[in-house]
Amino acid sequence: MSAESTAEGRENGESGDLSPTDTGDDPLVEVADLAVSFGDVPVVSGVDLRVERGELVGLVGPNGAGKTTVIRAIKGALTPDSGQVRLDGEAAGDLSAREAGRRVASVPQETSLAFDFRVRHVVEMGRTPHLGRFDGHSADDDRAVREAMDAAGVARFADRSITAVSGGERQRVLLARALAQGTRALLLDEPTASLDPNHAVRTLELVRDLVDDGRGALAAIHDLDVAARYCDRIVVLANGGVHAAGPPDEVLTADALRAAFDAEAFVGRNPATGTPAVTAFDGVGDRDESSVPARRLHVVGTGRAASRVVARLATDGHELSVGVVPEGDAAAETARDADAEVVAAPPFEPVEAARREAAAALARDADATVAVGRATEDGTGASAGGDRSGPNAAVLAAADRLVEVDADVDGGALLDAVRERDPDAGRPRDA
Amino acid sequence: MSAWTRASVWSAGLAAALLAVVVVSAAIGPVRIPPAEVVKAVLNAVSVPVGVETSSAQTGALTLPKAGLRYASPFAYPIDDVHAQIVVGVRLPRILMAALVGFALAAAGTVMQGFFRNPMADPSIIGVSSGAAVGAVAFIVFPAALSATVTLPLIGAVDVGLSHGAGVSLFAFVGALAAAFGVYAIATRHGRTPVATLLLAGVAVQTFLGAVISYLQLQAGESLRRVVAWLMGHLSGVVWSEVAATAVVVPPLFVLLLVYARDLNVLLLGEEEARGLGIAVERTKRILLGASALITAAGVAFAGIIGFVGLIVPHILRLVVGPDHRVLLPTAALAGGSFLVAADTVARAGSTELPVGIVTAAVGAPFFVYLLVNREVHEL
Repeated sequence: MSAESTAEGRENGESGDLSPTDTGDDPLVEVADLAVSFGDVPVVSGVDLRVERGELVGLVGPNGAGKTTVIRAIKGALTPDSGQVRLDGEAAGDLSAREAGRRVASVPQETSLAFDFRVRHVVEMGRTPHLGRFDGHSADDDRAVREAMDAAGVARFADRSITAVSGGERQRVLLARALAQGTRALLLDEPTASLDPNHAVRTLELVRDLVDDGRGALAAIHDLDVAARYCDRIVVLANGGVHAAGPPDEVLTADALRAAFDAEAFVGRNPATGTPAVTAFDGVGDRDESSVPARRLHVVGTGRAASRVVARLATDGHELSVGVVPEGDAAAETARDADAEVVAAPPFEPVEAARREAAAALARDADATVAVGRATEDGTGASAGGDRSGPNAAVLAAADRLVEVDADVDGGALLDAVRERDPDAGRPRDA
Repeated sequence: MSAWTRASVWSAGLAAALLAVVVVSAAIGPVRIPPAEVVKAVLNAVSVPVGVETSSAQTGALTLPKAGLRYASPFAYPIDDVHAQIVVGVRLPRILMAALVGFALAAAGTVMQGFFRNPMADPSIIGVSSGAAVGAVAFIVFPAALSATVTLPLIGAVDVGLSHGAGVSLFAFVGALAAAFGVYAIATRHGRTPVATLLLAGVAVQTFLGAVISYLQLQAGESLRRVVAWLMGHLSGVVWSEVAATAVVVPPLFVLLLVYARDLNVLLLGEEEARGLGIAVERTKRILLGASALITAAGVAFAGIIGFVGLIVPHILRLVVGPDHRVLLPTAALAGGSFLVAADTVARAGSTELPVGIVTAAVGAPFFVYLLVNREVHEL
């Protein structure tokens, strides 16, 4: 990796500092069977994870799952009860603080700097592991500091006091400090927690670029969509251990999230990035799972309203089918994300009889058919309305039980209507 | 401008200021001596090795060459002998002791404020001053008993001829280090010394030692006056041998602290961050604590408890030069020296000599308030 990245000048002059023991093959960070407890309270146990070169690994999990604890254990700030942390192939415990500081840099959530150092000075502190006791800053050090400040976007306020910058700016200063450290591995603990959307994206794009240049990063991220968008792999920490690990597509599933976060979530696609997008709903705690069996439901409707109904019902565990909907409609996209069977027709064309029949068959098989916004208009699908009314009328006619909900139906009322708990929320009627 | 360059420029200026304060201070007293004559008297007292002299010694049939250093005083200004005696024999040792003690306390105070990340910290925070006070007061109150205990273990029954002053200083020094070590031992678990625990252990030990000091004062009887004088801080009656002892201890420790100035900066980020940046945190903390305790103990052993220098001088200099310890440590130390020399000059200039601790507090605190209210000064 070094050849490429050095050629691109992204190594911040640290190529001369490469440790001779570095073979280039070992994972930058490797955690094996790590267990940490605070006193008698175990926080995590049996944690295995690794960060390879060119890899951004996201650490996600509910509050208190131990994300920060794992990162602190890798930094050496906590002594694990058992297990091992290896940095670039060598046990972290065997490395001097200085050597560890050349291998891994970390961006903490916050810093407590009581005295008013200048931003530039705080970034310069990142060079500490490269300086001998009597060394001054060399040209290499100055360049690394300058590049780090430019990359993190803090050069503009480099001469302000660290006590006089905002929380978001301070977080970028900490990132600049970690970059100035010039290590191959980066640990980031909620690197975007106090950043505005623009800087959050810029920060993660920057980390992504660094990783693409051959570094490796482990980032605790609370925002699952962000994690899915930027990470190569995701490690879900929950219930005191690694709950799941793998590429975002495999890990961020509704089932995994329900178990890990104790929350109902619908995993769709971010239309802008194509990466998994997670929408969480409340209500795991107040639902008696055993009394309401999942049902086969058919949904008729279009646009965002139907899309929302599909997501909510899928999250609740129902088996869904949708149709007929225009191809490319939001409801169709969501239904596919929810693994529902979708009968879609090209928009602005008469619906073929075969498609109409297929949708009617699905409705006939379903325990109930949900008509969103009376299945005909919700404003967004008006242009296709004329073509749709025919086929969907046939579909609705095929339903055993029809539940009509308004386009802006509340999630709880929707679920109750489908479950036949509250007859006022929806209006069941015989077909 | 790099930090070390800034440090050099500031230090050169403050060293010149210290020199000026010393000369002016030596001129002030019951006998007024012009500053020019002070300088001449000091220069006259200087003797330097100027070369090697050889002489021949006839030993039987052999003639052996014999070598030795030749000393000479390069200056011989014609000045009043009495003035020379007053400057070199009386005032200078006291002034230099004040400079050394102020230097040591301000350096230790700077390090402690950084170490604890707490602007209220001062050199006494780890129990050094209280320990020194217990040692010194105990020796003042029970000189005979403690002389015996120190002579017996050291060299058997032979009396080392511990003078009273030396005994007080020795016990103060030992008491200071014992208290500091005790605080450190209380706060250390599994090789780690959390700063917050250290702070609280320091408070607990100081409180306890305060009780001991109060009890000793009750038992003091006729020596109470001397106990109080020691506790208020004093620089009267300093002799050259005491200056020499302090001068041997303080500068090397200061250099050690200065070597760790950059580590101290990084420690301000918090221990976890410092470790991440390659600082061996616990070892660095031990070195900083140990050196600070020793340099403070050296300061208080001869001068007693002199407050405010170690608390306020670092603050004032931080307002002026900023928080970077590479600049702050040498400048605060030099300013501390100047400050204590000036304060002691005020203390001894009046018709009745005041304990210098009263002057440092009375002068230092209002000046500090003034700076706090007008905190505009910053860059070089």
